[in-house]
Amino acid sequence: MVEFSGIKEIIKPENLVYKKTNIMTENTLSYCPGCGHGTAHRIIAEIIGEEGLQSEAIGVSPVGCSVFMYNYIDIDWQEAAHGRAPAVATAIKRLLPGKFVFTYQGDGDLAAIGTAETIHACNRGENILIIFINNGIYGMTGGQMAPTTLPGMKSSTSPYGRDVKTMGFPLKITDIVATLPGSYYVTRQSVHTAANVKKTKKAIRKAVQYQKLNKGTCLVEIVSNCPSGWKMTPVQSNKWMEENMFPYYPLGDLKTPEELPTK
Amino acid sequence: MVMEKELRLMKGNEAVAEAAIRAGVDGYFGYPITPQTEIIEYLMEANPSKTTGMVVLQAESEIAAINMVYGGAACGKKVMTSSSSPGISLKQEGITYIAGAELPCLIVNVVRGGPGLGTIQPAQSDYFQATKGGGHGDYHLIVLAPASVQEMADFVDLSFELAFKYRNPVMMLSDGAIGQMMEKVYLSPQKERSKIVPDWATTGKPATRERNIITSLDLDPDRQEMFNRKLVAKYNEIREKEVRFEEFQCEDAEYLLVAYGTSARVCQKSVQIAREQGIKVGLLRPITLFPFPTKRISNLAAKVKGMLSVEMSAGQMVEDVLLSVNGKVPVYHFGRMGGIVTTPEEVVESLKSKLIGG
Ligand SMILES: Cc1ncc(C[n+]2csc(CCOP(=O)(O)OP(=O)(O)O)c2C)c(N)n1
Ligand code: SF4
Repeated sequence: MVEFSGIKEIIKPENLVYKKTNIMTENTLSYCPGCGHGTAHRIIAEIIGEEGLQSEAIGVSPVGCSVFMYNYIDIDWQEAAHGRAPAVATAIKRLLPGKFVFTYQGDGDLAAIGTAETIHACNRGENILIIFINNGIYGMTGGQMAPTTLPGMKSSTSPYGRDVKTMGFPLKITDIVATLPGSYYVTRQSVHTAANVKKTKKAIRKAVQYQKLNKGTCLVEIVSNCPSGWKMTPVQSNKWMEENMFPYYPLGDLKTPEELPTK
Repeated sequence: MVMEKELRLMKGNEAVAEAAIRAGVDGYFGYPITPQTEIIEYLMEANPSKTTGMVVLQAESEIAAINMVYGGAACGKKVMTSSSSPGISLKQEGITYIAGAELPCLIVNVVRGGPGLGTIQPAQSDYFQATKGGGHGDYHLIVLAPASVQEMADFVDLSFELAFKYRNPVMMLSDGAIGQMMEKVYLSPQKERSKIVPDWATTGKPATRERNIITSLDLDPDRQEMFNRKLVAKYNEIREKEVRFEEFQCEDAEYLLVAYGTSARVCQKSVQIAREQGIKVGLLRPITLFPFPTKRISNLAAKVKGMLSVEMSAGQMVEDVLLSVNGKVPVYHFGRMGGIVTTPEEVVESLKSKLIGG
């Protein structure tokens, strides 16, 4: 058992190298231990703070494990119906064009029930940022198959593994979004190591800056874990993600403004 | 300076669109469906983004359109959508979220016959859906029923007034006849778009206030029940204060017709025909379907021998008439369906056979 006084000793001000960004609220995160959602929230909160966007930002939270994201980041929020966040964000940005409008969505939310809203918002080139957490499963409802579930991967609704003959193939929706003329910056990252957290932060910061140009939709996919749904320890889940998710969903930029054809 | 109203000859659908621009609406989000497509066509043609700055957007579906309304309403903006029956069914998810988040907005339903794809002809078969909730959960829309092109125009402003007053979605329940018919209409002068930002709106959190959160979620049963009670209190206040109806020759009436929208227009003629035959008939036209003119109908039940509820449906509003009358006098339903508009003569015949006995 760790003594509390011991911890207090360690977190003396002179020892601190990292602290909670004040854009995060004091509310306790509802996520399972080791889940990537919390890390992704923290990165977004840091960037909102560092870029001075607290009074500009309007977030749209999804239906999924991150439904309560509005409790954790100290900005204005709207909670959208399952999958509809891009439509909600579309109107916010059209009516308040000077604001920074973003959605945060899981793979069930974004790539199953909300596929139409996602594709069409990106195809219209709505000047919003979409943060897409792809953990290959429905976390909130207890680990059912998602459109992104890998072939052979077990879930509570694919207990013998996803059979692509009857259950379809994992949907690489980010790749589809990258082909749309309306999308401006599309990238796939992860938050499972310190190095990847840094890269993701850089990517989201870029997306936020691109957003200000009003040149189209930015989408940052974060391939993430769901230790509870995958029935693994956090460490196992990260290893499994590297070995299985990354080959199917390779990390890196899918579309960067530099690569756009010059007119 | 008092600005003159402008007189125009227009379809009901066009009148809604023009009135929306003039009312200073901030955003319209829609998807084409007969018999109301003129609304978005008119708005696209008028291109108010260049004049008032109103946003007009053709969404990928009615689902997307109503969720855009949610997003815009949550910013404190005056936003609206329109559709017809099958499209309104698709919007129900968004409508219940809007009711649950207590957001103001206007939803226009230019009703056509159903169920299913049904017909593109006028009907009044969405009464239950409009007045009893429509989507899941305990909620009510405020429902206004226009009976003329003029009212389709006038009710835009009225809808937003009520929507913002009560933080509640308002439905204008029209039908394919009023949406498509041309009548003269007096249009109000152009209003400026409001610059007032409600204190609950999500517009970006300044340092001077707490963050605003628009949601319909609360997993705590006690708090959720408290919220449900708050909604009930709001609906009761609306029932108390916002009932609107019109009476036509009710003073000496022995029989009462109850009808709204297109059916009410038909019934005015029926009253005339019946009176020429010596039958003392009056007409009560509910203008608000929620709140329903329950008290007035209950009072009239003490004076008349019977009532006939006339609607282009299998009999939906008749249930509210029955509840209002509460057994005091006989109540019957008469209506045509499938997109057929009732004739005045049919109504008189029905009145005679059901209530007077030949
Ligand atoms: C219309 C509707 N259908 C289904 C649900 C139930 N539901 C809640 S969350 C969810 C899936 C969430 O999965 P995902 O988007 O991948 O997010 P995660 O929980 O994994 O972060 C579902 C199906 C719902 N709330 N609303
Ligand atoms: S269920 Fe999965 S996605 Fe949800 S909080 Fe737990 S680990 Fe994270």
